[in-house]
Amino acid sequence: MILTQESVQRIKDKQAQYPQRKSAVLPALTVAYRQVGHLNDDVYREISQIIGVPILEIAEAATFYTMFPKQPVGKYLIQVCHNISCSLLGADSLIAYLEDKLGIKKGDTTQDGLFTLISVECLGSCATAPMMQINHDYYENLTPEKVDAILQQLRSEA
Amino acid sequence: MTFYSPVITNAKEAVDNEKLHLFKYVEDPDQPKVETYETHGGYRAWKKVLSTMSPTEVIEEVKKSGIRGRGGAGFPTGVKWGFVPKDSTKPRYLICNADESEPGTCKDRVLMERDPHGIIEGMAIGAYAIGCHLMFIYIRGEFGHCAEMMEKAKEEAYARGHLGKNIHDSGYDLDMIVHTGGGAYICGEETSLLNSLEGERGMSRIRPPFPAIAGLYACPTIVNNVESLATVPHIINRGAEWYRSLGTEKSSGTKIFSLSGHVNRPGNYEVELGFSLKKLIYDPAYGNGIRGDRKLKGVIPGGSSTPFLTPDMIDVKLDYESLVEAGSMLGSGAVIVFNEDTCIVWAIKKLIHFYRHESCGKCTPCREGTAWLEQIISRIEAGLGRPGDIEKIEEICENILGRTVCPLGDAAVMPIQSAIKHWRDEWQYHIDQKKCLVKSEFAF
Repeated sequence: MILTQESVQRIKDKQAQYPQRKSAVLPALTVAYRQVGHLNDDVYREISQIIGVPILEIAEAATFYTMFPKQPVGKYLIQVCHNISCSLLGADSLIAYLEDKLGIKKGDTTQDGLFTLISVECLGSCATAPMMQINHDYYENLTPEKVDAILQQLRSEA
Repeated sequence: MTFYSPVITNAKEAVDNEKLHLFKYVEDPDQPKVETYETHGGYRAWKKVLSTMSPTEVIEEVKKSGIRGRGGAGFPTGVKWGFVPKDSTKPRYLICNADESEPGTCKDRVLMERDPHGIIEGMAIGAYAIGCHLMFIYIRGEFGHCAEMMEKAKEEAYARGHLGKNIHDSGYDLDMIVHTGGGAYICGEETSLLNSLEGERGMSRIRPPFPAIAGLYACPTIVNNVESLATVPHIINRGAEWYRSLGTEKSSGTKIFSLSGHVNRPGNYEVELGFSLKKLIYDPAYGNGIRGDRKLKGVIPGGSSTPFLTPDMIDVKLDYESLVEAGSMLGSGAVIVFNEDTCIVWAIKKLIHFYRHESCGKCTPCREGTAWLEQIISRIEAGLGRPGDIEKIEEICENILGRTVCPLGDAAVMPIQSAIKHWRDEWQYHIDQKKCLVKSEFAF
């Protein structure tokens, strides 16, 4: 089993709320993503057994939603918003700065497995741009100094 | 370490200005607590509705207020509620659309983070009006912190008897589910949202039937934006007449504008509809002018799906009718400001990349068209444009517009068409000279 007892229980609790069982697909994927860090066929199979929806239908839905990585990613998934409001305030240079600091290109993971750097569409943080989301948290109004401090903090916590 | 940076709001102004209501308490750190919300008059409207008003009276009051959907489409909220068949024996559902993803828009988030009970109260009143006993809030997946705020507020609302069985001894039952999405822009479109909530891929549905007739689980369903619903308790408390007195004759009420891009004070500002766009950008209490003392190049007034305005057009009122007259739209109220250093081809490349990525793939014109547009616009931007590319873009746009099931195709096209209309010479320069007229190099 990949999913912990706690995750299984959370998925069951969520499903119990809905009038129809299939509505639990996205909540289940969310719980699994938060625990595992990415999704794959093995995760779909377990979810399928928990919520009683065919694995094909789980995979069909999961592959539509880009928020869930389908491959393993670093411990910290750095998602820089590259949409228009953030770009006007320097998202391109923020990405270049992170590439330089992490020694990787966008789309790659550092050799120590700590950081994966990707860029994503608008995260609804337009008036606090530029910004990035690391795993599930937002980091906003970014400056080079702030980025340095964030990376240092994450490295020390790792 | 602090993660979230508090966005600038004009809450201080809202405290003194009787007309503003959505932002009155958003700077009060205790506002998300149910006790504080109640002290500030919260759940009074809900109790009033339960004890003294019939569902029809609620719908009539909201109709009279003239409030229109604040998510982008601008459809009158009360009229929408009235579409639910009175004689249907099926369960009815109310869904609060909190899938805020229109680029430039970050307003619903502030309400969820700082005044979650205002949303729940508005949802409850809407639910009562249409005879719904199970309501949902669909929050975009990335807003995990908003979902936590809403969950917590929901639990408090149950504990205080505002939700659950036999609410305040009225005999009325109402439950609530906080649902999160998976990062798909298209799920802000109501029929895609319904599919997503049913556990399917978030692809749009052909209308009719409209959701009010056959929506979630094929039952009558109303989908309303967060800001629209958060306004409802104020309309009930202070009356439709009061609400009508705000804003303009045809665009009543207030609206939250998300101001982003090249301004000195980006933020969320609640103002009366009919407010001056120029004032929003330049007044020290709002945008405080263009960053770095540069000149203005253009403005998108209603989220990335709405047509550009040029500097000579910004003396316009921010209301539904005035912006249509000016050739654009109010949309979600996301004002994006571009300074003179912005290459228009570069900006449009960013936007079309987004729409290509977010197209659900159901309709051929949108799926193929946005991909072709991205290819052509990207090559122009890279200095590889060919003669005839502008005309080709225009032709593809014409063949997407109005030919798709949902509005995503139109949304992709409208800013492009207006960018070519206003800055055709710059596009031509980019193709002929194989480089930008102005280079968009923005440091962070």
